[in-house]
Amino acid sequence: MLELITFSTLNGVLYGMLLFMMASGLTLIFSMMGVLNFAHASFYMIGAYFGFEISRRIGFWPGFIVAPLLVGAIGALVERYGLRRVHKYGHVAELLFTFGLAFIIEELVQMFWGKLPVDYRVPPSLDFVAFRLFDTTYPAYRMFMLATAVAMFVFLFLVLKRTRVGLIIQAALTHPSMVAMLGHDVPRVFMAVFGVGAALAGLAGVIAGPALVTQPSMAALLGPILFVVIVVGGLGSLAGAFVASLLIGLVQTFAVAINASLADVIGPSADIFGDLGRVTVAQIAPVIPYLLLVLVLVFRPTGLLGNRES
Amino acid sequence: MSATVRTLLAFALFAVALAIMPKIFPSGTALTMMSLMGVAIVFALSYNMLLGQTGLLSFGHAVYYGLAGFAAIHAMNWVVRNKIGVSLPFIPIVGAVAGLFFGIVFGSISTRRAGTVFAMISLGLGELVVAITLIMRGVFGGEEGISANRAKLEPFFGFKFGPQIEVYYLIAVWCFICVAAMYALTRTPFGRMCNAVRDNPERAEFVGYSTQRVRFIAFCLSALFAGVAGALGAITFELVNAQALSAQQSGLVLLMSYVGGVGHFFGPIIGAVLITLLQISLSDITKAWLLYFGLMFIFVVMFWPGGIAGFIDQHRPIVRSGRFGRLLPSYSALALPVAGIALGVIGIIELAHHQLVEAASEGSKMKLFGIATDSATVAPWLALVALLAVAGLVFRAIWPKAAEAFATANAAARGAAP
Repeated sequence: MLELITFSTLNGVLYGMLLFMMASGLTLIFSMMGVLNFAHASFYMIGAYFGFEISRRIGFWPGFIVAPLLVGAIGALVERYGLRRVHKYGHVAELLFTFGLAFIIEELVQMFWGKLPVDYRVPPSLDFVAFRLFDTTYPAYRMFMLATAVAMFVFLFLVLKRTRVGLIIQAALTHPSMVAMLGHDVPRVFMAVFGVGAALAGLAGVIAGPALVTQPSMAALLGPILFVVIVVGGLGSLAGAFVASLLIGLVQTFAVAINASLADVIGPSADIFGDLGRVTVAQIAPVIPYLLLVLVLVFRPTGLLGNRES
Repeated sequence: MSATVRTLLAFALFAVALAIMPKIFPSGTALTMMSLMGVAIVFALSYNMLLGQTGLLSFGHAVYYGLAGFAAIHAMNWVVRNKIGVSLPFIPIVGAVAGLFFGIVFGSISTRRAGTVFAMISLGLGELVVAITLIMRGVFGGEEGISANRAKLEPFFGFKFGPQIEVYYLIAVWCFICVAAMYALTRTPFGRMCNAVRDNPERAEFVGYSTQRVRFIAFCLSALFAGVAGALGAITFELVNAQALSAQQSGLVLLMSYVGGVGHFFGPIIGAVLITLLQISLSDITKAWLLYFGLMFIFVVMFWPGGIAGFIDQHRPIVRSGRFGRLLPSYSALALPVAGIALGVIGIIELAHHQLVEAASEGSKMKLFGIATDSATVAPWLALVALLAVAGLVFRAIWPKAAEAFATANAAARGAAP
């Protein structure tokens, strides 16, 4: 039991940090431009595939550096030549643009790398056991993922709170015209934030690719959960996104580990629930984030730490 | 001619068109396709009640379509099993009730918020329902779905609805009823209130309406009509599976409405007909058809936000004042470069698709636009890129003239109309 709790906590925190790497970019982009970027999870997927392609040809470490930069560049281009163009048609058009983009990216990925998962492996330099606890081993690669995610978190925090660039970004979030008056190129700030957000998602893809499965549906599987994270956390709240990422990461990881059903708990009387009585907690794990979303919206419509009404 | 007479005339024409279509296209494939178009029209119009009329962008509208489809298929099986004297044309009522029921349940949660949050909630609810259908296999039949036999129900005035033509007319009648009802709804004070909530929620509140309530009612009614569409779909296929309420289905109805044009009542009708046609014919011609759908969608969002209906509407005053002839020279000059761009883009996609997907198993030799070529050689790529570049440059050169011709004709037409 203690073993289960320890490892589930570790994996849950890891999954939560991974979610936060993407949710942070998504939240920043949303608070700046009012756009929920539907294609954000697609950047994560492109990151994983670029990482795979580079690791196959050169090695894992060059991919670790280059792939996020490439994804960031693609993100900046998308903002400059796509989003900025539809901006004049309003937020619905912007949301639809990113929706269409996510669809096209999935189709293109299928075209280039096929519909089946690709063989993106953990690099040999990280393929060893980190530690052993209660007779269960924990791979070093997972520790590396955790370290990368925490490092990114610290980096993002320091940039936003301690540097001049962060100051301008924060100011541009709430008072874009004032920032522009002071002589800063606000559209360029937007483009940079979009690019960095995409790069962060790409980095998440590069490190998550070998541990999870690199396949064309990975964006479609993760995207909705990402939206749940930022709606549950409160739209536009970075701290909320952090809390919600960890919450969903932990809840989902623990749910997967629990193999009990309603029938196990209350006995044969669970039959009145039909199929639902025999479903194990592990089986409903994919549903839990959405149930959480509904609960939060019923009891706290602005999200956990949000204060925006729309 | 007053507006009322014109509307009545339009609906009479619509009824006649629905009635005589099977005489013009009597083949089995055409009948199936037209049946699907009828279903798609109802579905797309119900979607536009949200997006176009109330300003609610939903990514989970297929939930109501699919759940109502399941309700309808279960109702059909139940009626057959218990030998109840209900015939097939009444099954869509079950769909409507089911759609309304789920609309009330999910709408009470999701319409608390508008805008982006509403869109995200609709997406989340959609995922939730899809996940639940895969868990509750008894009700939703897992991956195979649930099937029924429509011909086993009580005959309706002698019609057993075995042949596709009878099903087509069933769908046509329901389609007409729904289109008329949804159009009538836009003319009521409630329909106008929906527009007000879309355009300026603050003012709508000041007039004394609760925007949340208006959104909720619009949502429920939209789910009701989506339910009718779902039941009609279930009748056509005699099968419903989780695909019917998936995110793809929701994306498809969004595509139909948006390409057709969300700003006009008749836009989604055009979109539904066009996309259904493309969906069935394009998937035979090319394997990259989903990519084309995505590109078409992005194109409309970026350059043509009014969709096809918006384009028609822009030209209406010009045609009415007899100035369309003046636009023809500049428009026909555009036709050639536009065709060139389209050919270039399609050719490059087809070449790339062949080289990346099929070349490994079938070899790189292929037929492109009926011409034998080899996707592994440089020549076809160069030719297509050159075509694209030339057509693009020509387009850029003559586009300002066409835009100017349109602006002058438009100004003159609007000036001439009193």
